[in-house]
Amino acid sequence: MFTYLTGRLVQSVTVLTVMSFAIYWLMGLMPGDPIDLMISANPELTSEDSSRLRALHGLDVPVVERYWNWLTAALGGDLGFSRLHAKPVLGVIIPALGNTVILLGSSFVFSILIAIPMGVFAAARQNTRLDYAINLFSFLAISVPSFWLALLMISLFSVTLGLLPAGGTETIGVDSLADKAKFLLLPVATLTLLSLGSQARFTRAEMIQILRQDYIRTARSKGVPESGVIFRHALRNAFIPVVTIIALDFGYLFSGALTIEIVFAFPGMGKLIFDAIMGNDFNLAMVALLFATTMTLAGNLIADLAYCALDPRITYGTRAP
Amino acid sequence: MSRTATYAAPRSAWYMARHRFLRHRLAVGSALFLLLIAFLSVAAPMFEAARGLDGNQVNLFARFQLPSADAWLGRDELGRDVFQRLLQGGQVSLLVGLVTAFCAALIGTIIGLIAGYHGGWLDAFLMRCTDSVIALPLLPLLIVMSALDLNKLGLPVVITESENISLYRIIFLVALVGWTTVARLVRGATLSLRERDFVIAAQSQGASAFRIMKVHILPNLMSPIIVATTLSVGNIILLESVLSFLGLGIQPPLPSWGNLLTNAQELVSTAPWLAIYPGITIIATVAAFNFLGDGLQDALDPRAS
Repeated sequence: MFTYLTGRLVQSVTVLTVMSFAIYWLMGLMPGDPIDLMISANPELTSEDSSRLRALHGLDVPVVERYWNWLTAALGGDLGFSRLHAKPVLGVIIPALGNTVILLGSSFVFSILIAIPMGVFAAARQNTRLDYAINLFSFLAISVPSFWLALLMISLFSVTLGLLPAGGTETIGVDSLADKAKFLLLPVATLTLLSLGSQARFTRAEMIQILRQDYIRTARSKGVPESGVIFRHALRNAFIPVVTIIALDFGYLFSGALTIEIVFAFPGMGKLIFDAIMGNDFNLAMVALLFATTMTLAGNLIADLAYCALDPRITYGTRAP
Repeated sequence: MSRTATYAAPRSAWYMARHRFLRHRLAVGSALFLLLIAFLSVAAPMFEAARGLDGNQVNLFARFQLPSADAWLGRDELGRDVFQRLLQGGQVSLLVGLVTAFCAALIGTIIGLIAGYHGGWLDAFLMRCTDSVIALPLLPLLIVMSALDLNKLGLPVVITESENISLYRIIFLVALVGWTTVARLVRGATLSLRERDFVIAAQSQGASAFRIMKVHILPNLMSPIIVATTLSVGNIILLESVLSFLGLGIQPPLPSWGNLLTNAQELVSTAPWLAIYPGITIIATVAAFNFLGDGLQDALDPRAS
């Protein structure tokens, strides 16, 4: 267990280090130049001034050296300053991170609460109308473009019915939990709908596989009622792999959240990253992307370890291919 | 009556697969639907000629016109014929989906074959790379890579100034991150195939590693590769639509189903149908690819389902 854990940790840190360099290098290839952006407000600066500024800010050295300077500063706690928000980068990222965790966390809970029963019923009534209906719904849910569903929700609930706000996080001047919840409802509902399809399909597949096992036949022949077979014998065994495999899809969920945050103007990490890239805010984009990478890597690591820890059939280090 | 006549003639594996596929009505329907969409998209210029209009022609006096006999699905914010734009967008979206899926499958197959056949440290290294790519937040990274200034990368001007650069770029970027599923699949299957007697027989006859992979292993992997590739086309079309919606995918004037929706957010309250048609087209096409993949899986790889 210990060697497996350290191995996975070393791997995650390696990926993070490689990605930090890759992202740093990519940032340098973005259109726009930090010095040009700095002097654009001041037409009197000459090209000599700009090369002096370039040297002053250490931009005239090769990318590896620049990366090293950035890394040592970042590890020393200096993550830089956001151009768009005129604040230190960390002060911009922390609230956004909180918002994304709320959005992702609540839709994760809701979608599991809905998808697992859907998958269980579809598996229990395999090849009936109910199964086909759930299957069709699942296929549609995995086939809909995320932003389009979000726009449809806005069009229906905000424009046509006028029930819910179309974007933002709270009514200005109102500081109540109920108000914040109202703003969260549409983004969470959209993200939940988007995740339902693959989760229900996965639960169904896992349940069908378990219902073919010998111990299920034993339970049935003992005279256990069908509901007991499904919930006590089958679901209990399906639950852990289903939840952990769903959690392994964290990167996918994060990507879905990004478009939803943009459409609903929800100030989370996805919208922050997108706005930073579009607004040439290189410091912010760099650190926010690293945060997002760390988040998905950590999510994967936790899900993977939980899977190994909870399922005794899986041995550490030598996972079946 | 001879004895053998009481037995049905032996059927080939392909016959059995075709038989199983044809029983899957939804998959057959999807295949027909996709053929129809592909045919309509490819035939877009003929529709243009037959209807005597130009899909790219702006007509500011006919903005937001409702559907009529003249413009079957109405006109968009610049007075262009929506039906014609959808067909042209279909050319690009389907092309991106199919070509990217093929490239990604090719990369995945090569990596999976090498990892599975070679084994050892190379396998461990390649699979750790695959796991790492899967664990990355792909959409934010794709956004960064789509926003790059290609001139700073030092690419020749012929490429960076090309009219279709956004098309090449999206195919390249999505293939770059989309190979992981096929790589895992191929690697797992290769691991078990390389221990089989027919591979050992080939090895003992002195066949090279390349020849064994090409002649003995790859043909046995075609079914799962075809299934995974079909299923990935839908996802790629979705990814293209998201990137184009964000303004980073296919760039106008080249139309795609995704960038027909670029203005959808503003249009949702004024002209919702302009957002509905491309959306429905994307859902139907992506769902059809998913159903088709599902049906192919039942037909080609009955044990996996």
